[in-house]
Amino acid sequence: MTAPAPAPRPQRSRLERLGESLLEGLIRLSGVSAIVFVLAIFFFVFREAAPVVFSRNFDLWKFLFSIEWYPTSASNVRYGTFALTVGSFAVTALAMAIAVPFGLGAAIYLSEFCGRRLRETLKIVIELLSAIPSVVWGFIALTVTSKLVVDATGAAVGVNVLNGGVVLALMSVPIIVSIGEDALKAVPDSYREAALALGATRWQVVYRVLLPAARNGLLAAVLLGVGRAVGETMAVLMATGHAVHIPGSLLDSVRTLTANIAAELGEAPVGSDHYRVLFLTGVLLFCITFAVNIVADLAIRGVRRRG
Amino acid sequence: MSAAAPPATNPAVPRFARTAHVARKERSERVARVVFALMAAAMVVPLAAILGYLLWKAAPALRLEFLLDVPKKGMTEGGIWPAFVGTLYLVGLSLAVSAPVGVLAAVYLNEYSRDNAFTRAINLAVINLAGVPSIVHALFGLGAFVYAAQFGYSILSASLTLAIMTLPVIIASTREALASVPHSFREACWNVGASRWQTIQAVVLPNSISGILTGLILQVSRAAGETAPIMFTGAVFYKAVQRGDLLPYRLDEQCMALSMHLYTVATQVPNVQEAIPYATAVVLLGSVLLVNATAVTLRVWLRGRKRW
Amino acid sequence: MPSAPQSRRRVGLTLAAALSFACAGGREASGPATVIQNKGSDTMVNVAQAWAEEYALVAPDVKVEVSGGGSGVGIAALIKGAVDIASASRNIKDEEIEQVRLNTGKDPRDFVVGYDALAVYVHEDNPLTHLDRETLAGIFGEHGTIERWSELGVRFPGVEDDRIVRVSRQSSSGTFEFFRSWVVGKKDFKLGSRDLNGSKEVVELVGHTLTAIGFSGMGYATPAVKMLGLADAPGAAPVPPSLDAVLDGSYPLARSLHLYTLGEPKGATQAYLDWILSEPGQQVVARSGYVPVPPSARAAAGAGAAAR
Repeated sequence: MTAPAPAPRPQRSRLERLGESLLEGLIRLSGVSAIVFVLAIFFFVFREAAPVVFSRNFDLWKFLFSIEWYPTSASNVRYGTFALTVGSFAVTALAMAIAVPFGLGAAIYLSEFCGRRLRETLKIVIELLSAIPSVVWGFIALTVTSKLVVDATGAAVGVNVLNGGVVLALMSVPIIVSIGEDALKAVPDSYREAALALGATRWQVVYRVLLPAARNGLLAAVLLGVGRAVGETMAVLMATGHAVHIPGSLLDSVRTLTANIAAELGEAPVGSDHYRVLFLTGVLLFCITFAVNIVADLAIRGVRRRG
Repeated sequence: MSAAAPPATNPAVPRFARTAHVARKERSERVARVVFALMAAAMVVPLAAILGYLLWKAAPALRLEFLLDVPKKGMTEGGIWPAFVGTLYLVGLSLAVSAPVGVLAAVYLNEYSRDNAFTRAINLAVINLAGVPSIVHALFGLGAFVYAAQFGYSILSASLTLAIMTLPVIIASTREALASVPHSFREACWNVGASRWQTIQAVVLPNSISGILTGLILQVSRAAGETAPIMFTGAVFYKAVQRGDLLPYRLDEQCMALSMHLYTVATQVPNVQEAIPYATAVVLLGSVLLVNATAVTLRVWLRGRKRW
Repeated sequence: MPSAPQSRRRVGLTLAAALSFACAGGREASGPATVIQNKGSDTMVNVAQAWAEEYALVAPDVKVEVSGGGSGVGIAALIKGAVDIASASRNIKDEEIEQVRLNTGKDPRDFVVGYDALAVYVHEDNPLTHLDRETLAGIFGEHGTIERWSELGVRFPGVEDDRIVRVSRQSSSGTFEFFRSWVVGKKDFKLGSRDLNGSKEVVELVGHTLTAIGFSGMGYATPAVKMLGLADAPGAAPVPPSLDAVLDGSYPLARSLHLYTLGEPKGATQAYLDWILSEPGQQVVARSGYVPVPPSARAAAGAGAAAR
């Protein structure tokens, strides 16, 4: 008790404390903003679509599984989006068939084979690649790669599934590489050391140890790539030729769900059934990407729990 | 980590004949290395090829006058000034909205939230917000801002749509920056009696400001390139603007934008000079890459001078 | 230590103030200029743009905002009173007139400002010179059976796959509806055509594709394509699209281009419309590839006439 009493803590003014609690309130509010916005997106998009969903002559089965998309027919209006869904998936599947091996291969190279400097340089290249705006990709697809496709395959029209798939692959490779590399990095070094000590080559380490161990993270990388490809709009609008039908080959033109909205929304009179059906397509897209993202998130969290 | 290099053969040590098994192993090792390197190279090549080709085709039109001039002769000649300024408007306003919200949201997630179901829900929302297709953002902007909030087709509606779309970019990079500040810094500050917010203000933010800036820069690059969300909320085909006019638009008017302009000259304007769409693409791509390169440089530079 | 956060807060405040100032500044800067909003037909968006651009030289204080979207969209905006001028490549429908009256209490005022002809395009190396309506229905119509060029007696040496590549416009465009109603009346087209978004894109694709056929405005013609003469019935004499054929009504795919206002236009809008119908404005129409209103008919169409 002989020690001098500690200097009284300087009291802050009430105004200052009030300001601080206001600010903290603001912080909490911003914290939940993401949830609010996601809900708001669903709400407002669905709100515009709702009247047609609940109208008597709307047939959800036909909306999802009919290929007949005649939004402006003078005699028989039909809103079937199946061909568009197939178009979206055809382009996405091709894009993934190209982007997944290349993306994962590049991720493995970055994380296991190359030196630090090269890795930093490559990561910057990937970042720049992912920064290219989608309308620029679309422009490239329309003016450059479509002609390459015609020259290479002899197809009548260069804007087709192949063209769209290649461009989408280039667009989704960066996300696959960066998430894939993170997943490989998350595998503890002790795994690698154990395998090397047993005399495994690095290829064997990758193939037998890392790929199984990072399985979930790599799955998430692929899924996020899928999400990117399904949701892409401007590039596919300009690249795929925009024809409503089920593609029979890689050289057929298709139309995707996203491109269909972009092409027709501007000309659908506000409040018309056509306008509302386009919003409903938006709800469908929202649900698809939502599901993909949730599965990817579950996969990533699976990794974390184990790591 | 990178695995240790295979042990070099020491000539002094008598070596055993390589078994077929070892030879096969070594061959597969070499093949794997080359294959993976080629896959990585497959990303560098398109970037270089695209840049090179665009620059080559755009060269005849690329001069300062192209940036400063207005479109002429039915947009077949002249420059892109109204579109360039319009993009600056959209990007600036969307940044002004999303920067505070995004940074504060990241502060909440990193400094305030506990690890519970609610926080996980927020995380999931951020991921989903980033994953929502741009055209769905456009539908949202149209339904919410243009109609429900009655902002009409305007720069305001378009910027707000862009702001929400780019919010996850800011949240993610700010969070990363905040998380890189060691926990001991905070503890030291709490121990001298600072409140949570005082700690954030005095220690956390100053030590992560560079990472936050990087995030804001990336938001700019993302917002500048987007087309679909502004196409239906506030971008117009054409608007008469004086050459070099710095403040041509009101916030309740619509504006031209670079990304939209590229789309229209590529698909709708007949008999346009060949170099003009390419030059527009180069200006758009160039601005975006320049902004990104700034962010990368900033990050590398700061990592170099980090003190912990 | 207490002073550091203080100064930082001041920086923050200044920044916020600067931002709000910048926003307010943007709002203020273009106060006195008058904005005329013109929205509607995608067919007319290029000529509307050219008018706006020329008019900026005549009346620098008037800024004309041009956006596309389609005839229906322009008229819908007029019904809401959201635009000053709606452009339409079709006549306003009776129920639309009714809605305008109901919503705004005014009658829409119609100005015919030019004429357009839709041309059927094929590749320049296609030997075909003309088609009749029935054949077009066979190519484009829902149950049409014509799938190959050989069925029309057209052979491309060295081309194996002679399937007809149908190039169309997206189904909500006025161009599409106009063409469809002439070819098949109330019936529908076959699915599977390439439904492109821009009139120019159609012509470009046809120009690149030997086996393609498509339709687009006459003004979009390029050297790589050929316009076909059209006949109403198999035996009738085909009429190629030309200025005279459009004006005398012998070309079947001709239509008039309209601008609609709410009631009699006043002030800047009236001056703008008068200018459009004057010689310089009509020269712009011709330069954009459309057919100007003959001088004799201009007085009848003009705003001045109605005011007299």
